Amino acid sequence: MPGLEDLYREIILDHYRSPRNRGELPAPPATRVEGFNPLCGDEIVVFVEVADGAVSDIRIGGQGCSISQSSASMMSAAVKGRTLDEVQALTRSFKAMMSIHEQSLDGEGEVVIEADPDVKLGDLEALRGVVKFPVRIKCATLSWNTLLQAIEESAASR
Amino acid sequence: MAMSVGDPLEVAAIKKDFPILEREVHGGRLVYLDSANTSQKPQAVLDAMDRYYTQSNANVHRGTYLIAEEATAGLEGARAKVARFIGAKRNREVIFTKNATEALNLVAKAWGRAHLQAGDAVVLTELEHHANIVPWHQLAEEVGIELRWIPLGGDGHLDLTHLDRLVDGAKVVSFTAMSNVLGTMLPVERLTAAAHDAGAIAVVDASQHVPHVSTDVSAWGADFVAFTGHKMCGPTGIGVLWGTEAILDDTPPFITGGEMILNVTKEGFTANELPWKFEAGTPPIAEAVGLGAAVDYLSGLGMEAVREHEVSLTGYALRSLTERFGEQIQIHGPSEPAERGGVMSFTYADLHPHDLTQVFDQHGVCVRAGHHCAKVLMRQLGVAATARASLYVYNDEADVDAMADAITDAATFFGV
Repeated sequence: MPGLEDLYREIILDHYRSPRNRGELPAPPATRVEGFNPLCGDEIVVFVEVADGAVSDIRIGGQGCSISQSSASMMSAAVKGRTLDEVQALTRSFKAMMSIHEQSLDGEGEVVIEADPDVKLGDLEALRGVVKFPVRIKCATLSWNTLLQAIEESAASR
Repeated sequence: MAMSVGDPLEVAAIKKDFPILEREVHGGRLVYLDSANTSQKPQAVLDAMDRYYTQSNANVHRGTYLIAEEATAGLEGARAKVARFIGAKRNREVIFTKNATEALNLVAKAWGRAHLQAGDAVVLTELEHHANIVPWHQLAEEVGIELRWIPLGGDGHLDLTHLDRLVDGAKVVSFTAMSNVLGTMLPVERLTAAAHDAGAIAVVDASQHVPHVSTDVSAWGADFVAFTGHKMCGPTGIGVLWGTEAILDDTPPFITGGEMILNVTKEGFTANELPWKFEAGTPPIAEAVGLGAAVDYLSGLGMEAVREHEVSLTGYALRSLTERFGEQIQIHGPSEPAERGGVMSFTYADLHPHDLTQVFDQHGVCVRAGHHCAKVLMRQLGVAATARASLYVYNDEADVDAMADAITDAATFFGV
């Protein structure tokens, strides 16, 4: 049986208790997108500012469990100042760690997302234990999907 | 201790009727406190379904051979048991659906589409489950009905101060008999009378009521009552819509196809009589047999005793949790056990319910966390999520104590 310590690593609890980049950004110029976890009612708000093809600033609002909040906090720290290409690669690697499957290109079944070996996940590695608790994977990925949507909307609005 | 003094149910013996409760999880016993979500099934229900499949499996209403007659008798016998259990006047007023959600959709989409027009008002309450909200939202989009809401008042009860004004001119008043989040028992007869005085029909979502409290749909005087089998010791895949014969006759078919017709030509069809008019396709026969056995099981315990047991155990839970955790625990809903069912939504300090119930799982304690398909209510309560423990016939004080120990463990682990 996976123990609670596998899920709630100390670094996760640290980010939960002292979330980074917590707050709001004026939108516009920032893009504001809400994400919902229909299972547990978690709500996350991502404010992202994109300039010169990079995430120039990011803030996180909303409320949720320690997994969703710490994942959002670590994500905000990891993507701030990164180029959009780097953010995409990081997201892919994170989802790969979460064992997320995606539709294969030929539409026949699903394939596991493959991580880019050059991408370093750093603190985010602490969330690896979530995979042993499948219902919590959605908690961990909520902020990432919300960020991707915010970046998309930000591109569409210019 | 396994049984409290004066408990009208012999819980220690009842626990043995439910094979899943013998299972170990994470090295300890299974403490099941999520019956508002789905109940566990007694051996008698499993045996009845197994007997049906191993001895009598055939399609209903068409074979001329013995086992087909047995299958038909199983289905229709279950309908008669359910009718008696809820005080229906006629068996044909009991429609088998997939679940309560489908039953409520039938009301909104079959009766509603035929009888409601743009501007007509449908009155709901802020306590409703999404199943009694979303179908009406869809109807609002399709035909432009107006939704009105009876607000939440103090202590988990509705605020009925402006009830007459809210139902004035309305066509439908649709409400839960017992909140799936707060356990609040609603004044069904008063709401039904107010609906009828205003010329509206009364629709009752009794999903949390029928399993726990003796129910008499005729005494309620409602027009439609919906509930589901799997929360009352029955299997998944079968629910019930009860309606008066008059209103069911006045409702067009919902799902259509085989079984529900008297005649089909190239030009059109003639619908079958009640109840089959609403039961298109091969019905859930084994599930109906299982539901019939569940009704027998609950009747054997006696619904008065079931209710008494739950009031007493709910009182114990409210008292012991408050004594042990003081202001750290916030339990929502009516403070008086007699005014509520055994459904307790709570939060502990600033711990997210999801994290709380994750620790519960390590103790084998099954409790749901989240918004419980009642986001309108959660917004009124000002919380995003709660943990929800819900009691049934197989729970005792030791189960409540096991959850309390798990709360202590979670508080220690997260340092709150």
